Amino acid sequence: EVLQNRVVDAKVFPTAYGSGVVILTGAFRFTLATNIDDLKLRRFPEVPGLLRPPTCWTVLMQDRQPKIVLANGKDLYILDNASCTSVIPPGLGPQVCGFTQIAVSFNYKKLALYTDTGNIWMGSSSFKDKLCIVETNFKTAPKQFVWCDRSKSNNPTVVGIWDKVLFITGESKETIKSYQDEDIHLVPEVDGVRIISSSNHEFLHEVPPACQDIFKIASMAPGALLLEAHKEYEKESQKADEYLREIKEQNLLFEAVQQCIEAAGNEYEPEMQKSLLRAASFGKCFISNFPPDTFVKMARDLRVLNAMRDYTVGIPLTYPQYKQLTIEILIDRLILRRLYPLAIRICKYMKISELQGASRILAHWACYKVQQKEEPDDSIARAINHKLGDTPGISYSEIAAKAYECGRIELAIKLLEYEPKSGEQVPLLLKMKRSQLALLKAIESGDSDLVYTVVTYLKNEMNRGDFFMTLQNQPVALSLYRQFCKHQEPETLKDLFNQDDNHQELGNFYVRSSYSNETTIEGRVAALQSAVDEYNKAKNEFAAKITEEQIKLLRYQFRLQKESGKTYLDLSLHDTVQALLLESKHKQAEQLYKDFKIPDKRFWWLKITALAEKEDWEELEKFSKSKKSPIGYMPFVEICVKHRNKYEAKKYVAKVSPEQKVKGYIMVG
Amino acid sequence: MAGRWDAPELPDFDILKRFARDQLIYLLEQQHDVEKLYKLENKMVQGVSDQLCFLVRPRIASVKHVAEIVNADKAGGRLRKYKIIFTPQKFFMCETVLEEEGIFGDVTFDEWAFYLLPLDDDIISMELPEFFRDYFLEGDHRWNCTVAKALHVLYSLFGPFIKTYGIGRCAKMTYELWKEMVEDSENEIKPHQAEIGRVFFLDRDVDYVTPMCSQVVYEGLVDDVFRIKCGSVDFGSEVTSSNRSVKVLLNSQDKVFKEIRNEHFSNVFGFLSQKARRLQTQYDKRQGMDIKQMKDFVSQELKSLKQEHRLLSLHIGACESIMKKKTKQDFQELLKSEHALLEGFEIRESTSCVEEHINRQISPLESLRLMCLLSLTENGLISKDYRSLKTQYLQSYGYDHILTFANLKQIGLLTEQQPGETLTAVESTMGKLVTDKAVGKLTDAFSSLARKSHFRALSKRLNLIPRTEEEYDLKVPRNMAYVFSGAYIPLSCKIIEQVLERDSWAGMEEVSRLLNNNEFITIERSLDAGYSCNAQRIILVVFLGGCTFSEIAALRFLGKEKGYKFVFVTTAITNSFRMLESLLES
Repeated sequence: EVLQNRVVDAKVFPTAYGSGVVILTGAFRFTLATNIDDLKLRRFPEVPGLLRPPTCWTVLMQDRQPKIVLANGKDLYILDNASCTSVIPPGLGPQVCGFTQIAVSFNYKKLALYTDTGNIWMGSSSFKDKLCIVETNFKTAPKQFVWCDRSKSNNPTVVGIWDKVLFITGESKETIKSYQDEDIHLVPEVDGVRIISSSNHEFLHEVPPACQDIFKIASMAPGALLLEAHKEYEKESQKADEYLREIKEQNLLFEAVQQCIEAAGNEYEPEMQKSLLRAASFGKCFISNFPPDTFVKMARDLRVLNAMRDYTVGIPLTYPQYKQLTIEILIDRLILRRLYPLAIRICKYMKISELQGASRILAHWACYKVQQKEEPDDSIARAINHKLGDTPGISYSEIAAKAYECGRIELAIKLLEYEPKSGEQVPLLLKMKRSQLALLKAIESGDSDLVYTVVTYLKNEMNRGDFFMTLQNQPVALSLYRQFCKHQEPETLKDLFNQDDNHQELGNFYVRSSYSNETTIEGRVAALQSAVDEYNKAKNEFAAKITEEQIKLLRYQFRLQKESGKTYLDLSLHDTVQALLLESKHKQAEQLYKDFKIPDKRFWWLKITALAEKEDWEELEKFSKSKKSPIGYMPFVEICVKHRNKYEAKKYVAKVSPEQKVKGYIMVG
Repeated sequence: MAGRWDAPELPDFDILKRFARDQLIYLLEQQHDVEKLYKLENKMVQGVSDQLCFLVRPRIASVKHVAEIVNADKAGGRLRKYKIIFTPQKFFMCETVLEEEGIFGDVTFDEWAFYLLPLDDDIISMELPEFFRDYFLEGDHRWNCTVAKALHVLYSLFGPFIKTYGIGRCAKMTYELWKEMVEDSENEIKPHQAEIGRVFFLDRDVDYVTPMCSQVVYEGLVDDVFRIKCGSVDFGSEVTSSNRSVKVLLNSQDKVFKEIRNEHFSNVFGFLSQKARRLQTQYDKRQGMDIKQMKDFVSQELKSLKQEHRLLSLHIGACESIMKKKTKQDFQELLKSEHALLEGFEIRESTSCVEEHINRQISPLESLRLMCLLSLTENGLISKDYRSLKTQYLQSYGYDHILTFANLKQIGLLTEQQPGETLTAVESTMGKLVTDKAVGKLTDAFSSLARKSHFRALSKRLNLIPRTEEEYDLKVPRNMAYVFSGAYIPLSCKIIEQVLERDSWAGMEEVSRLLNNNEFITIERSLDAGYSCNAQRIILVVFLGGCTFSEIAALRFLGKEKGYKFVFVTTAITNSFRMLESLLES
């Protein structure tokens, strides 16, 4: 909508979130964004009867809500999020038929209207109270009309300009008119009004009470006396003592010192500041335990302020403005003006921590430095490193990112080399398509998550062959990727092993897939056959042979299964034989025993356990006599006892070897 | 075992639990209004809620499971909001999986930074059993950062540390990662009184022998037999002598358990019956009481007596059940052959014992454990045995275990001796022939030639096998060997003891060479007046890859002897079964 209707007027104002802006569109609608860095537009409701631009309007903040006050001819409205209310300022005569200017105080509490009858109405910004009405006798509307904040006295004061007349008026009947030589512009500030002309910059403000007290003609305020005392003291006159006594008699020395300190803050001439501070220091000597920090702080602040006010820097701030702004923001402003050395000196002078002060400024400096296109990469990188060294809190990767933004990839890489934390280098390296280097740095950082990030990136960026080659050289990355493949892309895993000629792992891979993927007997055998080939290539004869036997077993089990309809697949050799024995398929069991060269001991164990299980004692006895037992006869005794057949057990005790005989007899009782 | 009078007090680790709980409650309630928790299993979620919140470990399998649920909902036309809370942290890999499953945009994430679970006054577990397989088998370093972060939590709460020691590659890496974190956060941590003075990092692969041995201290046995989970155990009906099982918390709050946990099993039964008798006399006090005394008795003592009674009967039940399983001939013989393996005697007999074990299908894991122990102590099996044992095993338990063997070989638990490495065989035959101290000298001479012979040489160097003329009195232990019936001092614990005693690795060059030279020691802070003497004597032992209750018992014993207090930080509590299970491939 804003785009369609063009912007007719806009006003910027401070909000809690940053700087807000209100736009008046060509359709005479207001649109608001509370933070210009994070632009979210909000439209204000329509103003009834607004068919041309309002005669004047301004933005107000009330209860953290932005509102707009606007005048359309003689109608006044307050616009907020939801509504548009018409208001009438109390106490204005009926002859008023239009408002031409609006001025709001810095804290949004007060408001001044200039009417077409030449009156100025001052009141609260809620339009509930009237403060005063001033008759100006001007026929035309002022060129500019601003509120002059007087933080100390709270007297409403407005300043207006008519051509070359500066008109200051307030609650009191008196008005001040001053004639200017040049065209001027007014800027309202927190504690006064700046008057800027093409050659001069003046500041209009209320004289602070401390200065008033001291410099009022014939002032007898304690500060004034102290200043005088110090002057006499300098002249080595005994009058100093008189003045001092006078203050001390009233017990006001403490106030005197404070007044001098405060007044110093509000003076602009260093000479005057000095003499006030000296007076304060002089007075301090006569007070035991005067807390020194106010004095010290003022001296420091003044030094900073004076440095700021220097014409080469040109930030003429008043003391209250400086306090309002805070030193941190002041430093930000210096950085933006690229006054890096001054900013660093101030940080050091004001003892701001390295991290927030000097390091930050140096980083900004470095970011600026990388933008200087004419200097060669090498010298810039060196210069930056030389200046920054290992200053804590410096992020070389941020500077490098800046360099990359300026299109200086080489410089960025050089700068990254100074970055002590490998992890920090990675994202930028990836951005610059230095992925191999990024991988290296990620591994160096020891953060496997980062490694994996790079691996994923590489996978998408490189062709498969190169990707695999890169991984082969980096075992850490490789094992990470393998983990992922195992779950997500088993085929890729195979390719990886293939590339590496890792036949052992390939064999294992086929075995695994024979168990987990293949469902048909043919499929399983085929997978195992591939495994055999790979094991052979890996010269792992043992594994190859074992696998071949497994194929044999699978085929055998499959045949058995078809014949009997029972399940044998996936039983181990041992379990297969046992199942056969339990089913009294002794012939088949014997067959397996021979085919797979099952050790005698195992077969005997198997057989007697199975026979005892079936309680086929006759067969057991026959078997015991078939040939000499390779496991001795103790197991016969044990197995019979286990199945609670002591009668059968007794048959074998006699055959038990001599050293175990006693044990055997005990068992059978 | 009474402790020394000046034993330092341990810091209170409950604060870790409180932090974690508060964060979880915040995550679940404030942010997501979670009403009910379900266990994530391999079945579909039935809930009718239009919001699902998953609390999972950052594993690919868990994430895939979540993906299945989401995709099933999608297919069924259901619209829900999904949130995955990863604990202790999210891995980028999990996001990739979600992306590939096509649901990346449907799910939002959170992290629950729960790194450390205090299981007891002196045991803190990270409950990361997968650390062992991921790091030592797959070479995956993803958890190292997690461990370093966990350590940093301890550092910021109980540090700053004065000295760090360590051995192992992972230990070194983790230490370095953590060090970086310390440097980064130098300004954030407020200096305070150090409560823990020293830290000892130890890789599990420094000592595989100890966790492969049968445990015989009570807590270890209970773990081996019943499996302790997160500091609690489920005693089944055979223990409770009723038809329901009982979940029991095993920590120092349990007064009965506190006294028997570190004891050799042979002492436990005697202790318990003594305790039972004492309890009875306390009950008997009731007779001859007047009404007032009786009232006091009921209001004060009876409850704790009842509680003690309940625990006592449970532990007696557990003991009986263990006795039934373990005091059979088999177990005694098993222990005997284990001790023979540790000492390096009668290798042949032990080998055939293992073979019989396999042939009779006694227990798949137990057989594997014995094979590993044989290989570890002999620095690999000789080729013939390696093949025949493997063949036997595959015949017994199925061919798919060929992958298990591949894993065991890779991790170094079960290996084949390379030609030219038969030194240990020579040694063992010599051991049979000459049974005096001359062997020690001979093997010393040999061991400098051997490329890889480790356990035997280490055992000689560090005197891991106490040579005793008289019977080892398990009631009055002389050294840490009591945790293995006086037959073997756990290698890991011995290293810790030696290094702490010397306060350096000096004089241990040979040992560290045998362990692949990854030792380090760093002085973090010079000892100034600010550090209390107490903190110096509280030592954090970080086991990377898990530690066993036997090791904990051994170090507790050492602490009592020397006036130290050890705090155990481990990626998980482990034992031979857990370690081997994690290496199975099925």
